[in-house]
Amino acid sequence: MTTAVDIQGVSKRFRLYHQKYTSLKERVIHAGRTPYTDLWALRDIVFDVEEGDTVGILGRNGSGKSTLLKCICGVLQPTSGQVVVRGKLAGLLELGAGFQPDLTGRQNIYLNGSLLGLSKTDIDRVFEEVVAFAELEQFIDQQVKFYSSGMYVRLGFAVAVNVDPDVLVIDEVLAVGDERFQRKCLDRVQQFQDQGRTIIFVSHSPDQVRAICNKAVVLSDGKMIGHGPPGEAVRVFRENLLEAGDILALGMEATTTGATATPIASPPAGHPHPIRISGVSLSYPGSDERPYVVTGEPLTIALQFEASEPTAASFVVELRDDKGGVLVRTVSGDLDAAADVVAGSGVVSFRYESVPFTDGAYDLSVGVEHRAGGELFDWKEAVARIEVMNPSKAVGLVALPVKVFVEQASGVVGR
Amino acid sequence: MALEAAAPSEEAGRIKATRVVSSHVSVSRRVVDIWRSRQLLWNLVSTEIRVKYKNSFLGLVWSLLAPAMALLVYAVVFGVALRNGYPEFVILLFSGLLAWNLFQTSVLTATGAIVNNAGLVKKVSFPREILALASVGSASVFFFFQACVMVLFLAGLQWRPAFGELWLIPVALVPLLVFCAAMAIFLAAVNVYLRDVQHLIEVVVGSAWFWACPIVYSYQHIVYPKLSEHHILWLYFLNPLNPIVMTFERVIYARTGLVHLTTPGHPLAQLLPGWSSWTYVEADAIVLAVSLLLFVGAMLVFGRLAGNFAEEL
Repeated sequence: MTTAVDIQGVSKRFRLYHQKYTSLKERVIHAGRTPYTDLWALRDIVFDVEEGDTVGILGRNGSGKSTLLKCICGVLQPTSGQVVVRGKLAGLLELGAGFQPDLTGRQNIYLNGSLLGLSKTDIDRVFEEVVAFAELEQFIDQQVKFYSSGMYVRLGFAVAVNVDPDVLVIDEVLAVGDERFQRKCLDRVQQFQDQGRTIIFVSHSPDQVRAICNKAVVLSDGKMIGHGPPGEAVRVFRENLLEAGDILALGMEATTTGATATPIASPPAGHPHPIRISGVSLSYPGSDERPYVVTGEPLTIALQFEASEPTAASFVVELRDDKGGVLVRTVSGDLDAAADVVAGSGVVSFRYESVPFTDGAYDLSVGVEHRAGGELFDWKEAVARIEVMNPSKAVGLVALPVKVFVEQASGVVGR
Repeated sequence: MALEAAAPSEEAGRIKATRVVSSHVSVSRRVVDIWRSRQLLWNLVSTEIRVKYKNSFLGLVWSLLAPAMALLVYAVVFGVALRNGYPEFVILLFSGLLAWNLFQTSVLTATGAIVNNAGLVKKVSFPREILALASVGSASVFFFFQACVMVLFLAGLQWRPAFGELWLIPVALVPLLVFCAAMAIFLAAVNVYLRDVQHLIEVVVGSAWFWACPIVYSYQHIVYPKLSEHHILWLYFLNPLNPIVMTFERVIYARTGLVHLTTPGHPLAQLLPGWSSWTYVEADAIVLAVSLLLFVGAMLVFGRLAGNFAEEL
């Protein structure tokens, strides 16, 4: 394997001028004392991309993803360090950048192709393919300014993917066009991978990175905090998101993401119930060191309760996704595990053998009701948030254990 | 290494060009990159020409009308109103203006080349010098059109230029193009940071510089006697355009000896210097050498400034 893109200690500094002086007069007046602050958008990024790799770049807003991509494309020059690119690189930072509205689609294909480094004969060769891919056969001799935005974008993508690049750099532009065209673009990306070409891909969506990439890089505040297989990188990315979230959550009510029991402070006001839930704790393998549950591993949710008188209680555990849809609702009474509790405190545990959910944060609500139903003694809405990290490639709501068999006349091939 | 990498990759074992993105790329490396992007240069030039007069009725004729009007005005003002008495003054004027217009058009359009293509510079990677060079390229195309008109014009007047010295035209054209390219690259880059440059250049090139060239007056008749008297003739040749303009006049106007002026009394005067062809070649060669130095300097300045174009725009 040879290296396709070698990123050698790239740093990029932006000077943020408090006041921008671009006229000669202002420059002279403020010569040498223009106030500015330095912002390091990238700090000493080192990694290389092997030929044939599909690398995802993950990071929060403002983490330097786009700056890094621009440095790779050569739109920005790094302040220090360098990027070595072997082979032709096509950058999709913006679709249709460089289109001349006054020229026809045909002329723009030639102009854009040469911007991406193609000769006229190269473009002649792929011209029909570009037009067919963009589905613009009838409009190709019209001026681009009369195109709809969809047509514009389709033409831009069609040129970029048909210029036969060795390295394709994509900046979140796959979210364009209608669903059918998006599908077509993704198919094309797949085809690129099959041909052993290199793709560098920026995305906000860990799912997309997991589905497309075989490696990923995680950036945070301009520094590289993770580099490796996508599952691992997505985990680092999610942890990073959580850390950032914690800063925001300071001062808010305690959010339970770890294994520690959360004392629920306020006793319910109003008339006293015979039983109430005083705390919730989560436990799962490794709950001491990591704040998330791994898909497929067991999870135990324990509720501490305090009863002031003997009660026929039934405990409820509910998990919801971030849109509020109920994923799981377990009622101990329905499972013939209702408890006739006596006065005093105790613990009831719900042990799930395997957590099937894919990546995400799930809200846990717990409650206790009368066994016969009807009377709700206590209800704690969203007492904890369960973070799930999915190391596998599964995409969707749940990751079901699965085996795939392919049957053909010659026999059974299992994998 | 860079040159062999530039070879087209057609065979199965394709040779892959290596590109380095860094803040320090040598001038020679960038010149190679520009050479590789010559197809883009050509496309940008043809785009600029196609778009410029796209929806106008007279189209390209406009590009000829402005210089034609200048020619007419100068001919009337100096030839008729001020009676300078130069015989066939309009041809002397035309030959000088031809070279001047190439310079002026290149420099004025190139100054805004990067700023006006901000969208492209921010999103697509290519040698940015190409944008400035494309302005020189399109000015060269207009130069070609004007030259064609001039040929028709001379034929109509049955004027005989110095056919034996015709080879001096390319000898002057090469340093002129290099000088234009150097100015274009330098000004395009500086204008990104100091937008005043655009206006400054309009004033300097459009008004002052023009009069420092022997276009509406004769070097030998007006400038030479006065400056050589004070031994400051070198001052006049600090303007690198002068040898070039004079070469054009030498070839096209071609009256090197004494001529009778048309003013009363028909006094004799020398309008073009009595230089030999080689003197012109030497002068143009010096301009070429200076222009090449300026070009390298412009590339160095451009290289330093280009890294921040995408941020500054």
